[in-house]
Amino acid sequence: MTTNIQLDENGKLQHFLSIEGLNQQILIEILDTAASFTSVTDRLVKKVPILRGKTVANLFFEASTRTRSTFELAEQRLSADILSLNLDTSATAKGESLLDTIRNLEAMQIDMFVIRHKDSGSAHFFAQHVRPGVSVLNAGDGQHEHPTQAMLDMYTIRHHKQDFSKLRVAIVGDIMHSRVARSQIHALNLLNTAEVRVIAPKTLLPVETASLGVQLYDDLEQGLQDVDVVIMLRLQKERMRGALLPSEKEYFNQFGLTQERLSRAKPDAIVMHPGPANRGVEIESSVMDGSQSVILQQVGFGISVRMAIMSMIVGQSGRIAGE
Amino acid sequence: MTIHIKNGTLIDPPGLRESNSDVYIEGNLVVGVGRKPSGFKASQTIDASGHWIMPGLVDSQARLREPGHTHKANIASETDAAVRNGITSLCIPPDTLPVIDNSAVVDLIHHQNAKAGNQCHIYTIGALSRALEGGELSNMASLKASGCIAFSNAGRPFVNNLIQRRAMDYAAGQKMLVIIQPRDNELYAHGCAHESAVSTRLGLPAIPEAAETAALAKDIELVAQTGARTHFGQLSCARSVDMIRQAKSNGLPITADCAMHQLFLTDHDIGEFDTNKLTIPPLRSQYDRQALREGVADGTIDSICSDHQPHETDAKLRPFPSAEPGISALDTLLPLALRLVEENLLSLPEVIARLSINPARILGLPAGQIAAGELADVIIVDPDSNWLCSGKDFASRGKNTAFEGWDFSGRVVRTLVAGQVVYQI
Repeated sequence: MTTNIQLDENGKLQHFLSIEGLNQQILIEILDTAASFTSVTDRLVKKVPILRGKTVANLFFEASTRTRSTFELAEQRLSADILSLNLDTSATAKGESLLDTIRNLEAMQIDMFVIRHKDSGSAHFFAQHVRPGVSVLNAGDGQHEHPTQAMLDMYTIRHHKQDFSKLRVAIVGDIMHSRVARSQIHALNLLNTAEVRVIAPKTLLPVETASLGVQLYDDLEQGLQDVDVVIMLRLQKERMRGALLPSEKEYFNQFGLTQERLSRAKPDAIVMHPGPANRGVEIESSVMDGSQSVILQQVGFGISVRMAIMSMIVGQSGRIAGE
Repeated sequence: MTIHIKNGTLIDPPGLRESNSDVYIEGNLVVGVGRKPSGFKASQTIDASGHWIMPGLVDSQARLREPGHTHKANIASETDAAVRNGITSLCIPPDTLPVIDNSAVVDLIHHQNAKAGNQCHIYTIGALSRALEGGELSNMASLKASGCIAFSNAGRPFVNNLIQRRAMDYAAGQKMLVIIQPRDNELYAHGCAHESAVSTRLGLPAIPEAAETAALAKDIELVAQTGARTHFGQLSCARSVDMIRQAKSNGLPITADCAMHQLFLTDHDIGEFDTNKLTIPPLRSQYDRQALREGVADGTIDSICSDHQPHETDAKLRPFPSAEPGISALDTLLPLALRLVEENLLSLPEVIARLSINPARILGLPAGQIAAGELADVIIVDPDSNWLCSGKDFASRGKNTAFEGWDFSGRVVRTLVAGQVVYQI
């Protein structure tokens, strides 16, 4: 398909579904806008009226803790009215189709949907079927993308490292099942990162991953050599059952991030993790809590970045704000 | 009733020729081609000037959704769609609901076809195993007696290879054709897209090539072991074509088909999660498509089917992995075949052979050629009629086309089934 439903006719953001299909200018605008909101989150009264009178529905068809709570905080700080539904156990379990769920919620005059769903492409599906003027933000669709997470990661990297074109970034772990990794790879490439590396055992690496614009490594120590940023991915416990890995222990022995292995990276390298992390499986506690870890900062930046994206959609589409 | 079709260009698939020959029909049979039989008097004359006269098409795999899924389509709607599109014989796989594993279901299907006016010949493919569950043999002899033309497990797995081997042995003992869609259920692993850069980028659960080829290798070995005459349906991989070519050259009693859409579409056509491009087997790579085309051209792939799967709108109005697979394909079978001619893959009679005489011979059907003594299933096609493909205009109740917006030329103007005009513009 040639049309990009994320952008309106003027190239402004109307939905936020995937990093793929966006351009560098929009990514940088998100990062700059997020920086301006950081001061809001530091203020005593942490609110701005950008979404006042607007209703945002958070539809989580899959469990989430930090994405959902940072979305909600971002919405509150933009003064939105919020409807949060945990649809994991709700109507859809009773057989209501996703399309009917959309229609029913639209009848409640929702202006913006934040959606997380197990199916890749579900955010695009939502965006294709909402009424004109209603926006959709992807909070994670299957194994496809998790674009707001990638943007807060980019914000974190820029906060510490500034110029992407001088950086080597390594993404380590379960690429196969990671929507975060796909979004990060697109974002890093759009921001002209010098080198993006992917380090994973073959069973957790989808075919032709190199076509996404990354260098592949199956050896953690080689892959970490001289990198500026290390992004660790969560290893889901259920991966052992599908015979993708023999054991957590063997995984940790080969791909777990330890202080010693981290020493191969640049001395000022930062360590990131989208969470929730498994200590002792993909990352050693001393690294996670160590001086190079920026993992908790990531969570905090998540609020400003999500505020930025929502306000860009509102402000620049002129639809919600103009009413 | 006697009919004289005159002034048309006769496409003769068995002879692989085109000629300016008139066709003479009496009752349900063709009684003469080229030369008027002595004493023939036409009660109706059809002028086919500028048109092609072809045998009605034989579709070796089409789901009509009845019994069991009549919210999608039914026998009346789909036989009507078939004859409007030049298809005069339809073979139904056994995965109806209930499954075609007993004579009552076969009778029901023929009863429903009679109720719809017997516009189109319907042939049933019986289940190889009871309820298609792969655990016990179906009553193949009774199914054969009630009219089943072949046996298949409709792509569903057997409990183990021993049962598959026995099912094939038993079918061979009944002198019946076995039809297999080679599929390894575990390697399919609930995937929904060809394993490639596309599935990687879109994060779609992937179906590796081996999900087809590993099963095919085993199936070919079982053909060698049992001697069961076997037709492999809806192949999708380049390596499958190689394996069939090799097996044929080893003298095994094997034939094969692929779905028409596999000769045109690839995984890249999924675009941004277009559920109308969700098929099983999945749309594969450009390389696979090219190999399938070469297989069709050199005869490794004997025939082409529609793999028609009409759906109600809601079945596709879901996120990609949750949508139902399949394409409504009766309306596009002939125009796509004519494209293969336009694209110089094959001559017109060669393409039509793969949609008529070839599947008819494989399945043992009285169809696929226009010759004295043959059943008069004849279609007349206007090659210069241009049209824009749009699902909403389909004759099939399923509007789920994968070819929305394509420009086609060639349209059926008249269809005769057993000497009766069942459709005319």
